[in-house]
Order: sequence, then structure tokens, then C-alpha cells
Amino acid sequence: MTTSITGAMLLAADGINIAMNVGFGIIAAIMVFAALSVVTTRNVVHGALWLVVVLGGVAAQYLLAGAEFVAISQVLVYIGAVMVLFLFGIMLTRAKIGADTDLNNSSWGLGIPVALLMLGVLVWAVIDAFGDTVITDRGPTPTVEISDAFLGPYLLPFLAISFVLLAAAVGAIVIARKD
Amino acid sequence: MLAVNFLILAAVLFSIGVFGVIARRNAVMVLMSVELVLNSVMLNLVAFSQITDSIDGQLFALFVIAIAAAEVGVGLAMVLMVYRNRRSIALDELSEMKG
Repeated sequence: MTTSITGAMLLAADGINIAMNVGFGIIAAIMVFAALSVVTTRNVVHGALWLVVVLGGVAAQYLLAGAEFVAISQVLVYIGAVMVLFLFGIMLTRAKIGADTDLNNSSWGLGIPVALLMLGVLVWAVIDAFGDTVITDRGPTPTVEISDAFLGPYLLPFLAISFVLLAAAVGAIVIARKD
Repeated sequence: MLAVNFLILAAVLFSIGVFGVIARRNAVMVLMSVELVLNSVMLNLVAFSQITDSIDGQLFALFVIAIAAAEVGVGLAMVLMVYRNRRSIALDELSEMKG
């Protein structure tokens, strides 16, 4: 157990596809740094741009995990659409240009113990359950399988999510409309 | 590649997102932190899809992407509405509903 934990910490352990593990480690370090910047920066626009780095890193991790269609969807939907929405939101709410000193709550320090506690519990549970599970590299997932699943067993959830998106789009227009 | 690599990275991102939701005062920054949380969950789903050797996890990740897009649209519309009515999106000033 302990060897598997240390093996997980040393990213290039176990001798399985070292290049992949090194790539994972580099991208993961960049992502964690960018995520910390998102929640600590004093500039709202910088926060949005750091979020782009995190989302791109997540897409890269999907590629490493062989989920290419999800990675492409991530880039299209998140970096392409959601980030533009965020930047519009920042502009329309007239955020301060430059640094802003009151972006945090007065009780923001409360978040640190909560986050650390949650991190500890999650890491413990994850290592306890999957401590020595090895992912075998099976290459990219064929997109045909995803489309077959969406138009086969997952057809009803697929239609439902289409209606949810439609309702959300109409609802957003109704809420934000000026009248 | 060990499965815990993905899962621990997702746990770290999740905790950072939770910290952001608690600590931030600006409503747009809170929505960004929610995006961090959602992305960590999707990373978990894709990792589980690799562990169980089925594509169901990837399908759920795609569903989460769609839900997140809807959530951001409605959330930002609500933030704009609050800004239009109050000229501020500081969350600790929205205390009219407190008893």
C-alpha cells in the first residue's frame, strides 16, 4: 500500500510509459499553479485568463487518457464559448481595470481549512480505493463508439439534455433581457 | 499509468475550486471557481472510464459539459440582472433575504 502511494507520488514510477507520466506531471503542475492563480489573483480578467490555462490543461489530460472526443468538446465548448461568456460577463459588470483589493470575502480565511480538509478526505479515499489500479494504455477511443452510445442506449438522456440546453438558453435571454 | 494520478489531480482541483467558492466576493469569480469544480469532476469521470474500460464515463463527461454550458449561461444572466438592479455584484451585499 505504502509503496503504491509513493509510487503514485513519484510520477515516473512503475516503469509504465514514463513519457506519458512525465507529460502528465508537467501539465498537472501547470494546471495546479493556474488554478491557484484563479482563486487568488486580484485582477478579474487575469483570473479568467488563468482559467483558460486550467481548461486547456484538462483537455490535454483528456488526450493523455485517450478521450479525444471529450478533449475536442472541452476546447470547443469551454475555451471557445464559456470563456467568451465569462469575459462578456466581466465587461458588462464593469469590473475594475487592473488590480482590485476587495475581491475576497472578509471571512475568506475560512476557506483554507475547509479546502484542506476536503482535499485530505478525497486523497485518502482515492488512494484507499484505487491505490494500485493501473490504467492500461488502449489508445484513443473510437468516436463511433460514442455516437453509437448516444444514439442507442443513451438516446433519451441525450434528448433530455438537448431540452435542458434549449430551456437554459431561452431562460438566460428572458432573465437578461431589458424591459 | 496509475489511476490515482488523475484522481488526485482532480481532488486538488476540486479543493481549489471549493476554496474559491468560499473565499471570493465577486459573483463572476465564484462562477469561475464552480467551473474548476465541474472540470475536476469531469476529469474523474474520464479516469473512471479508463479504469472500468468502458466509454460510459466519457459520455457522462460530455453530459457534464452540456450542463456546465447551460449553468454558465443562466448564472451569468442572473449576475447581469443583479448588477443592473444594484450596480454591484458583491455577494456579501445581497442580504435582503436575511431575516
